[in-house]
Amino acid sequence: MPSRDRVERGALRVLRPLVIAVLFLVTAFPFVYMVMLSVRDIQELILDPGSLWPSAFTLDTYVDVLTRQGFLTFLRNSLVVSAVSVAATLLISIPGAYAVARLRFFGRRQVHFLFLAVYLFPAIVLAIPLFVLFTMLGLRGSLVGLILVYIAQTVPVTVYMLRNYFETVPQSVEEAAAIDGCTRLSTIWRVVLPLSKPALMATGLYAFMIAWNEFLFALLFLVERRESWTVSLGLSQLAGSIEIPTTVLMAGSVVLTLPIVIIFFASERLLTEGLTAGAEKG
Amino acid sequence: MRRVRTLREQEGRAGLALISPTLVITIVVVVLPLLWAIMLAFQDVRLINIRRAGLFGRYTLENFSYVLAEPGFWSALVNTLVYTVAGTALSIAIGLVAALALRDKFRGRTLVRASILVPYVAPVVAVAFLWETMLNPQYGIVNTWLSQPIAFLSQAKGTFLGIEVPVALLTVIAFEAWRYFPFAFLFILARLQALPAELDEAAVVDGATPTQRFRYVIMPQLWRIIALLSVLRFVFTFTKFDDVYLLTGGGAGTEVVSVRVYNFLTARDDIGASAAQAIVLAVVLVVFLVVYLRFFGGGERAEQG
Repeated sequence: MPSRDRVERGALRVLRPLVIAVLFLVTAFPFVYMVMLSVRDIQELILDPGSLWPSAFTLDTYVDVLTRQGFLTFLRNSLVVSAVSVAATLLISIPGAYAVARLRFFGRRQVHFLFLAVYLFPAIVLAIPLFVLFTMLGLRGSLVGLILVYIAQTVPVTVYMLRNYFETVPQSVEEAAAIDGCTRLSTIWRVVLPLSKPALMATGLYAFMIAWNEFLFALLFLVERRESWTVSLGLSQLAGSIEIPTTVLMAGSVVLTLPIVIIFFASERLLTEGLTAGAEKG
Repeated sequence: MRRVRTLREQEGRAGLALISPTLVITIVVVVLPLLWAIMLAFQDVRLINIRRAGLFGRYTLENFSYVLAEPGFWSALVNTLVYTVAGTALSIAIGLVAALALRDKFRGRTLVRASILVPYVAPVVAVAFLWETMLNPQYGIVNTWLSQPIAFLSQAKGTFLGIEVPVALLTVIAFEAWRYFPFAFLFILARLQALPAELDEAAVVDGATPTQRFRYVIMPQLWRIIALLSVLRFVFTFTKFDDVYLLTGGGAGTEVVSVRVYNFLTARDDIGASAAQAIVLAVVLVVFLVVYLRFFGGGERAEQG
């Protein structure tokens, strides 16, 4: 009779590849399907919904979604919102993270609590007063208000991410710079930042992803002004209409998803290490 | 005579100056609005009369009594709980399995790992639309595999093996598990790979079988990260709006409290009632967290003792 160990090892040898295959299929298949749907005519989908490979390949869906449905405008809006959010987030969180990492100031310990609270804070509660406020100020439909909200939601996390990295920069390098006559700001600019490029990249990308993917606040603030829609909002609003073919909207989904996936995998190492750095301390 | 500031004082001032932009934006855009949301919950406000509702407006408990008296609120709260607990548990369980399966190197691991992360990274609007299309009863690919089409997202109840099941709610939970297991996977895998190999090796030498090593060597070292993940996922899912709103709009027995809050705010234009529900939701969440931390914190102390 085989030992329990042998049985278990044998079972695992079969189970493990099976689990891996299922995981791969379940995560990859929907996205393959997304791309496959986006390059065919709607007639084909309705006549033969079960087919995966398109019989007649077309890119008209992309032309349609970008021009007629206005996704070019949505793309521009999303890019503006995301780029400004990234720039402002970095500008605000770099000095903040440096202060938390290096300087002893009044309330330094409480700051962490504030950040954690903002990070965990439900967006839906925040949505109510901001919706009312922006309505009163006439800021609804403007991208400025949206950008402000994105910055406020990202900054606490990015300060935390950057702080972790700044703490690994040896203090002696900074002291050397100070002796050479650098002020505090020029030390940050000339010494700390060049040493922290990977962390800055990761932080910027995180801010970009938040702004690009966000839906609730875009819906609340922009829904009445079509020319201000972001790609996420545009897709969600058009998805309900009967006139636009599903395959055209799938092309829109690809347009929405692709930039984020490319950015993520171009920088995946940086991002996941930044986000899970705390986990390893366990 | 001007006193020269000490280095320590200078450092303190510089620190405050550098952190102040961060503080200003979080206070202006998060903290103050939160306080205002609490005030709004105790006032009778609609968008039309918002200008009359000032700081010293009339405060009342009517919003709460009105909101809590509606049966829709309680069923939404139950849905929220079921959705959160099931979504959290499933996403962490699948994440754990995925992390264990991908712990050791194999050919193509990078590809599989990348594929696993995509659902989490992709924009929620895109993946929700993708699921809607795949599950569509007329032309969705999933329904072409079934003998009888199922309206996954618009059917409140159905029978499965003779048991009545909430179809749409289960679909939304499945979506939650699918979309967020990569989050748990990332954290657990990072922890797994940081574990010292010696313990596992020693257990092998002692003749421990794979399940025994998992139970007595690996799991005890993962409890903390799993506990942390449970808290994070619970907090995020409990107040989540996007996923349910995009998939079902809150119909077919999937209405969660956050979707109700949104509907009261926009469709019903009842700011006070909307804020009151959001506050109740936040309070329930805090109560759960406190109970959990008590329970869990106590457990940890007992382990040490």
